[in-house]
Amino acid sequence: MNESSALIARLKRIATTGMPTQGDGRADDAWLTQGMAKAQLHEVFATVDDAASGAGFAVASVLAARAAPVMWLRTEASERQGGRLHATGLVEMGLDVTSLVLAVVEDEADLLRAAADAARCHGLGTLLIESWGRAPKIDLTATRRLMLAAEASGVTILSLRIGAETVPSAAASRWQVAACRSRPLEADAPGKPAFDIELLRRRGGQAGLRWRVEWDRDAYIFDQTAFASGDPAALPGAGIPVAADRAAADDAAASVRRTG
Amino acid sequence: MRPHLFVGRAETPVAFVETMSGGVRLKALDREAVRAGLQPGLTLADARARVPELEVYEHDAHADHEWLERLADGCQRYTPSVALDEPDGLILDIAGCVHEFEGERRLAADLEERLARRGLLVRHAFGDTPDTARALARYAGAPAPDEKRAVKRLPVAALGLDEDATTALSRAGLKTVGDVMARPLATIAARFGEEAAMMIRRLDGSVKGPIIARRTVARIGVERRFAEPIARTEYALEVLAELATEAVAQLADRHEGGRRWEARLFRADGLVQRLRIETGQPTRDVALLMRLFRERIDSLADPLDPGFGYDLVRLDVALAEKLDASQLKLEGGEAQKGEVAQLVDQLGTRLGRARVRRFSARDSHIPEQAELMLPAAEAPAPTPWSAPETGEPPLRPIYLFDPPQPIESMMAEVPDGPPHRFRWRRTVHDVAHSEGPERIAGEWWRRQDIPTRDYYRIEDRRGRRFWIFRHGLYSEMEAPRWYLHGVFA
Repeated sequence: MNESSALIARLKRIATTGMPTQGDGRADDAWLTQGMAKAQLHEVFATVDDAASGAGFAVASVLAARAAPVMWLRTEASERQGGRLHATGLVEMGLDVTSLVLAVVEDEADLLRAAADAARCHGLGTLLIESWGRAPKIDLTATRRLMLAAEASGVTILSLRIGAETVPSAAASRWQVAACRSRPLEADAPGKPAFDIELLRRRGGQAGLRWRVEWDRDAYIFDQTAFASGDPAALPGAGIPVAADRAAADDAAASVRRTG
Repeated sequence: MRPHLFVGRAETPVAFVETMSGGVRLKALDREAVRAGLQPGLTLADARARVPELEVYEHDAHADHEWLERLADGCQRYTPSVALDEPDGLILDIAGCVHEFEGERRLAADLEERLARRGLLVRHAFGDTPDTARALARYAGAPAPDEKRAVKRLPVAALGLDEDATTALSRAGLKTVGDVMARPLATIAARFGEEAAMMIRRLDGSVKGPIIARRTVARIGVERRFAEPIARTEYALEVLAELATEAVAQLADRHEGGRRWEARLFRADGLVQRLRIETGQPTRDVALLMRLFRERIDSLADPLDPGFGYDLVRLDVALAEKLDASQLKLEGGEAQKGEVAQLVDQLGTRLGRARVRRFSARDSHIPEQAELMLPAAEAPAPTPWSAPETGEPPLRPIYLFDPPQPIESMMAEVPDGPPHRFRWRRTVHDVAHSEGPERIAGEWWRRQDIPTRDYYRIEDRRGRRFWIFRHGLYSEMEAPRWYLHGVFA
């Protein structure tokens, strides 16, 4: 092999690292850990109907990254519209709620102020900021501040944005999460939490990728193989765009009006 | 009392009235009214007839008390031990507190000047015991060279006995306290009661009545006085930081850390501004304290107003707990916990303690009652949560609606089965998978009439997972309603 072809091979290798690997074993969640680097700000978007999926994905990715303890910030509006956080349910997702601190603030301004303080606290693993609706105060400036704070303190910040439109931000990555039909258990019972995930944007990396994953609470990993095994509810293979199916789902969601 | 009434007014007589069984009577008067010949106890009609221009206000004992409390607050600049002598007196224990003023007379002059600025006329007296001081201030006797003789020259009214006893003493020819003291105590006690004898012993100094101070004195208190009032809040905070450093040094000597701190900023015009902070763990961290004080100031409804400036800043440690030096050297996980605890305190101070919470398991099988959210600062011992069963999907939602949200079941369900289609928040959901029922009975040992709930875990055709229940069995009621209680991830 001459030198130039070796170089090309090396460049190819470099170009492919950071890209999610497709259809690999269940123990490999590199796509997530690379996408959601620690000590950065990441955004997780979900529609109002998929609020629980958004929150579930956020909690699961904290656990997959072993980034506890968690501080969860939310507003009173979230409590009203989205319901309270249910500790037993969080425990069943795999979270140790004894280390969870929940702060319910009055409005968005308080949310950002509390977030600014929490983002500087080295003792935290993850700061989860939950906001409902457009939340215009969480703008480019605010996200840039959070990003800087996260980089300085080492706290991973997840901004869970429910029912929001994407606006320019300084986040390292942006994810869209929707509920996905689970693999039913015996007697037609709903199965483990399943998510339809799209990486909308990622700083310095490939974006526009989609996965369909199942959360395995016992192993603390996202399982991609679940939907690769020819299950009728699943799509053929992980990492392959699932646009066709989602378009149908979105069509049905169009009749939904935002409540509250 | 309404002090503004007395400052810079036209000289109209003012009276406060009280409605009693015998009609409306005068309760208190100002100087002008007294000069016009009025007396407390007169009926309002009589007083109006004598002084037509009399201004009349309803007497408000409660407001008087509050005003006295505020004055007492202000007097804490002189001594931590201030007692109320209702309805219009204050007793200050100034033993050991006069060094700041080069003598008690300077202190009294300072106090009088401050109160005069508020439009108050005061009469003061010094005494070896609270009772002699009180008697000397309230009653005027003939001039005397020293305290003992001054007390003896007070009128018998100074004994504070009831009216009948006082009159009886005068009739017996005993005009002054000294006259009464000259008699054998036993005779006085037999004739006028034990109370009179006790009072005499208190006035001659053989028994010392206690001062019942309004507030318990903090165990550690540091303060700084200024000859010139400081008008900048920022500077006052710098002083507070210095005081905190001093207090922390004292705490360190005792191997303690403070949990409750109170800073008081005394304004030159007598107003006192209080800042209270509390931490979840005992602390000796000055930077943390100052951050909390700043949070407290930011969260004040009325911003801190220095007015004419502060002339005294005081910091008290109201509650201290054991904190060994070794505990400060936190490492690894402990340091992490410490930092989170600090964050909890900081957010709790700004947002209110109840807003920053931790979950705590509770023994109840009713889902919405099975857990408590407690203020994180109160730090209960972590309760173990039952671990989920391996291989099972989550059986409880992550968001729970409280109260549960009603849903409309749209397709006839099989008895004791979940609906096939339902409407929630104006969206129709078609049920694809379901599991249930999980029957959760009401806590019948608390209340009888709570219907049983049959819970189902369902997933709709778009993959959204819900927790719904039917409120009541078909055997219990005719048409039980359906509710959505939570949503799963």
